[in-house]
This record gives sequence, C-alpha cells and structure tokens, in this order.
Amino acid sequence: MGHSRFGDRSDVNLSELSFEAINPALQSADLTAKEIPYMSLGSMGVWSEEPLPAVVIAEYCGLTGAGLVRCEAACASGSAAAFNAYSAVRSGQMDTALVVGAEKMRQIDMPTVMEMIGRAGYYMWEFENFGMTFPAYYAIHAVQHMEKYGTTEEDLALVAVKSHKYGAMNPRAHLQHEITVEKALASSMVAWPLKLYDCCPITDGAAAVVLASEAKVKELGVEDPVWIEAIGVSSDTANISKRETYVGLEASVKASKMAYNIAGILPKDVDVANVHDCFTIAEIMAYEDLGFCKKGKGAKMVREGETEVGGRIPVNVDGGLKAKGHPIGTTGVSMLAELTKQLREEVKPKSRQAPMKNYVALAHNTGGTGHYGYVTILRR
Amino acid sequence: MVDKPLSLKSSRTLQITYNLPISRTSKFWEGLKEGKVYATTCQKCGVLHFPPVADCGECGSSEVEWTKLDGEGEIVTFTQVFVKPASFSKEPPYIVAVAQLKEGIKALAWLTGIKREKVKAGMKVKLVAKVFSDKVAYEFVPL
Repeated sequence: MGHSRFGDRSDVNLSELSFEAINPALQSADLTAKEIPYMSLGSMGVWSEEPLPAVVIAEYCGLTGAGLVRCEAACASGSAAAFNAYSAVRSGQMDTALVVGAEKMRQIDMPTVMEMIGRAGYYMWEFENFGMTFPAYYAIHAVQHMEKYGTTEEDLALVAVKSHKYGAMNPRAHLQHEITVEKALASSMVAWPLKLYDCCPITDGAAAVVLASEAKVKELGVEDPVWIEAIGVSSDTANISKRETYVGLEASVKASKMAYNIAGILPKDVDVANVHDCFTIAEIMAYEDLGFCKKGKGAKMVREGETEVGGRIPVNVDGGLKAKGHPIGTTGVSMLAELTKQLREEVKPKSRQAPMKNYVALAHNTGGTGHYGYVTILRR
Repeated sequence: MVDKPLSLKSSRTLQITYNLPISRTSKFWEGLKEGKVYATTCQKCGVLHFPPVADCGECGSSEVEWTKLDGEGEIVTFTQVFVKPASFSKEPPYIVAVAQLKEGIKALAWLTGIKREKVKAGMKVKLVAKVFSDKVAYEFVPL
C-alpha cells in the first residue's frame, strides 16, 4: 500500500499526488504498473479540473491499458472503489487490482467547497431553498443525540482532542497538533452546536492498496498478506427528512451487520477500527451503530478512554478524518492502508499501535449524510 | 517540494445553471404560489409522499393524487447554519428544522420568525408556502 502526506497539497497536481501513493503501493507488492490489469479509483473530483481523473492518473502512473473506473459513493467513494476491485478479484475476473483514492479539494475557494458538498445532500429538496451544509446535517444529529442521550458539547470536544492527539503522532496527517477541550469549545460556530473543531478539515490526499487473489498472493510470495474478510454495503434515503431518527445512521448499522455476518465475527472481536468521523458526533454515533456499545452509550466510551490505544477498542488512532484529514474519495482507501499497517504491527511511533489479539480490523466509511454505508473487515 | 506552491489560474471558467424539470410535480409549485403545500398520495398503496413524487417507489404505481397538507407539526431537530455555502453567503445565519407533521410525514425547511435560543424539540410549528419576487418555497413558522 501507499499513502501520500495529507494536507494542503497545492505543491502537486492530482496525478502527482496519486503517484505518491500508487508508486509505493506497487513497490510494496513487488509489481510494476504494467502488471496491473485493473484500477478502481475513488474520487468525487468536482473541486479539481479533470472530469475523468481515472484516465489522467492511470496515464501519469504508467497504468494505461488497465481496465479503469471511477467510483462515486460520496465520502465513501474509496470504499466503493475497494468493493469494485474486490469483486473483480473475488469473481476470478482479475488476479490483481489496484484501488486508488485521490482527491484535491483545495483548488477552489472554501465557500464553493461548502457549496459543492452541501449540494450533495439532496440538491432539489434540501439545498435549492434551504442551503443545507454537511456540518448542518450532522448538527441535527448532534441535537437529537444530546436531547435523547445526554451527550454534551464537551463529549464532542473530547472526540476532537483524541483525534488531534493521534494526528500529532502521524506524519501523514493534515493537522498534527494537539488541542484542549477548552480550545475546541471556544472555536467558532459552524452549524450550531457544531464548532470548527467538531469538523474535519478540507484536505488533499491520495492512498492506494493492491488487492490480489489467494493464488496470486502465493505466486508473488507475499510474506504477510492482510485479507479482506468482508465488505458490507447499505444505503439510506436521499432526503434527510425521510429518516426514522437522527441519533444514528441506519446504513452503518445494516452494512456492519452484513460485514459481521460474512466474516463470522462479533463487534467484540475487532482489535482496531477506523470509523467515519467527518464530525465529532459521527464518531460517537459510529461506536453505537457498529455495535461497539449500546445505543446512547457512545459518549461514555470516549469519556472513559475506551477507544484510545490500550482501551477496549482503539478507534481512529491515526487521527481519523478529524485530524488526519478527509480527502473525500481517498478516505476509504486511507483506512485500508492504515489498518493494514495496524494489523502488521508496523505502526510508528509504537504509542499509536493498537495491541492485536484476534488480528481483526474494521473500516467504517460513510458517504453523504449516511446515504452510503460501507464496512470492511480485514484480518491478518 | 517548493516553499511557495506555484499555480496557474484556469483561463476557462464555467457558470452553470441547471434547468430543474417540474412538469410532473407542477401542482406542487403552482400550489405554493396560492399559499398551499401539497404532498402526493399513492392511489394503489396509500403511501403519502413528501416531498411530492409523480411515481411511487414503494409499490411502483404512477397513479398518485395531490393531497393538501394542513402543515401543523412539531420540531424533531434543528440547527443554525453559520458557515454558509457560496450561493447563500448573503443570508444571515439561518435555522433549518425537521418537523413531524400530523399527517405522518416529516419535512425539512427553514424555521423563521424565532431566535434559535427559543427553539426546542417538540415545539409546535406550521409548514407554510412562501412567495418571493423570483421564486416560491416553503418554511416553518412557530404556531
């Protein structure tokens, strides 16, 4: 696998950024670009100039001739690309496939980025007249979660503090500084009650992983393969008004149940997880939706440090979307790269390496406001 | 890596305005002009749809009838948007609410005529049509 440095990457274009991930991914698999028969790209791409990023990236990285597709599942595009490539390999069509996530979000001004993301709720019914933004969508969840379960703004701040703590240990993270609860609570209002430090940054970044069939893994003599055990998928309504409640994301619940069933595991078997914390409330809801705790007990998990390294189940110990950054189409692939390292116990510094018992990791990637749900289970 | 990133400004710019087809839901938009908010009811399975639809995704029927909503309901959840999208930049921070209507459906719209500090889940509101000089919409007002 390969992973670019995340952040404001105005120093490179989309292809150059992708090369930073693709080249190391190929080298680590001991493959050349010409040996890759299929590449699946996760990218939203509306903020950068190329409407067909897959072909542009493939040409730049020497992959011309491979089968190509760009997958869109909003912020879960990276997982959608992984599912697409996994299906290609699993079906026997391909012996190897390259999964790439690439996003350059900082080539246009910030209000226009807010516009492009906000439009991705449901343009016709929630943006045209009402200007919904993604912070606003997650804010309406935070409001109901607080009212129903007593989650507080301090609890949300604790999630941000945890993310920044691990982001500060991750040289690839966008935000590599620690923060305090006070600083998070004092930050400017974005969509009440969510403040600046409740929100992930606007980030550029790329990540890549090589998938191979069991036979190909043997042929290549891969010493320490990490296996995709299951990918669970689901979705929810485009109109947020059609959801039953605003205390969780049903697509996450359904996708995780599917993944647990296929992999034959329970939530308690997971050694380390990356969850989709585009906003702090999203991480708390994810704990509950994925079955790491009972509904309404998510804030308690963060208060008691259960999701820190050394806790019951370490979550987002790479900084998460909140501090590592959230290049939309890249995030799902970045999660797979990070969890592969975790499973191989190669994370440096050791202070952010989760202890392994079952060698099982979970990636939870949500697209839109819970529109798309992807849960991937990896095992070493 | 260079210290100060260099970039070119793209010399080709786009300004996109989409045409939004409303032929099959025109009664909804006409209704707003007359101060009415309509939903659609599937004549086959009876499901009430809001926002209105011309085809019922629940049962596959295209036989839908227009149902005028009374619009009374209760706030389920809400927020106030401070960091706004480019095309809303001139608006003061606006409150968006989701309310459960007594007809059994939920709707999302701006809540006007009240400060956010006074808004609470469970508060009674009414969904009303709103006519602007250049467009029609709908909003919640406190009851």
